Amino acid sequence: MGEQVATSQQEAALGEETERHSIPGTIIFDGTEAKRGYGLNKMCFSFNEEANRNAFLADEDGYCRRYGLTEAQRDAISRRDVLALLELGGHPYYLAKFAGIFHLDVQDLGAMQTGLSKEEFKARLVEAGK
Amino acid sequence: MARIVGSIMSTHVPAIANALDRHDETDPYWKPFFDGYEAVHAWLREVQPDVAVIFHNDHGMNFFLDKMPTFAVGCAPEYRHGDEGWGIPTVDPYPGHPDLSWHLAETLVGDEFDVTTCQEMLVDHAVTNPMKLLWPDGGVPIVPVTVNTVMFPYPSAKRCFALGEATGRAISSYDAVPDLRVVMIGSGGLSHQLEGERAGFINKSFDLRFVESLTDDPRWATQFSGEDLVKETGSQGVELLMWLAARAALIGTVRRVTWNYHIPISNTAAGTLVLEPTA
Repeated sequence: MGEQVATSQQEAALGEETERHSIPGTIIFDGTEAKRGYGLNKMCFSFNEEANRNAFLADEDGYCRRYGLTEAQRDAISRRDVLALLELGGHPYYLAKFAGIFHLDVQDLGAMQTGLSKEEFKARLVEAGK
Repeated sequence: MARIVGSIMSTHVPAIANALDRHDETDPYWKPFFDGYEAVHAWLREVQPDVAVIFHNDHGMNFFLDKMPTFAVGCAPEYRHGDEGWGIPTVDPYPGHPDLSWHLAETLVGDEFDVTTCQEMLVDHAVTNPMKLLWPDGGVPIVPVTVNTVMFPYPSAKRCFALGEATGRAISSYDAVPDLRVVMIGSGGLSHQLEGERAGFINKSFDLRFVESLTDDPRWATQFSGEDLVKETGSQGVELLMWLAARAALIGTVRRVTWNYHIPISNTAAGTLVLEPTA
């Protein structure tokens, strides 16, 4: 019985993972992600105000704790690890506000996420137009 | 009665705001994109719209994930460009047209589109960039209509098409201002994806097929689910739903006035299209 429960939970987890990545390299941001990333995204939403951006810079971890980020989310924030933040429920539009604090544009982010240099990433975009 | 003079579809990539601020219109990177707006400006001088109804999506400005309307109608006296957090220059507020807004809200709800009404609404680059591109030195009053493409469930392409049609009918029944000329704007697209290992995804062949369909077979894109559209056009390429709604508002046959497509602007396949009714 116990084993069966564990198996069905594993299957459910596997099913969810498959669903999350049914489009390779893409997370469908649905209710599951919205729940998972709520505090993280709420913090990033607060960065629409300059005073909040400054408060974050003055005490990053303290600011994260105020929004109830999980340990894994706080760690990913401290490492500026965008792919990890996405896995932890971060939404691209809100994470962009986090990245903006460090003056990273979408091409910097694109390069970081694809493991390319910025020049290589830009060249790939140009190639897509041919 | 009000009359819809046509629909303008335009990319709203944030970097456009910086390019406009720096006057980079003739810079080799930007020129192929900005050149596409010359024909649009000429058309606007000809049709002289009084007000713009803009289908757009929010990017974490007016709505947070706490409350996410599927469709919302701005009913505000003015629309202020908020601080987006990552440093694009803000522009002056655009005046609204509350009387037309409420007419739209009442007519759409009467037509069973249960929109959220917003008497205060901040706007982001999805409104300000198309406005600056179309009217670099001014503008017209606006009525923003927000479509959720922030978090699933998104409204289906079929539903967005129907919303566009209902909006078109609602505008056509507005008679409080004699002979009001309305231009529709579909803001966003075309294919692009910002996040994940698939960042930088662009699908030129799908974009071109979609744009072609808007003229002669406008319901073509209604066959796709939200996930299909993410797969074919990228996570943010789903903004083509705004184009679809703006096209559907032109009930009947249309003529293509101008079309420009350029890859890339920032991470995006940039498109600019003007359609006008032929009936």
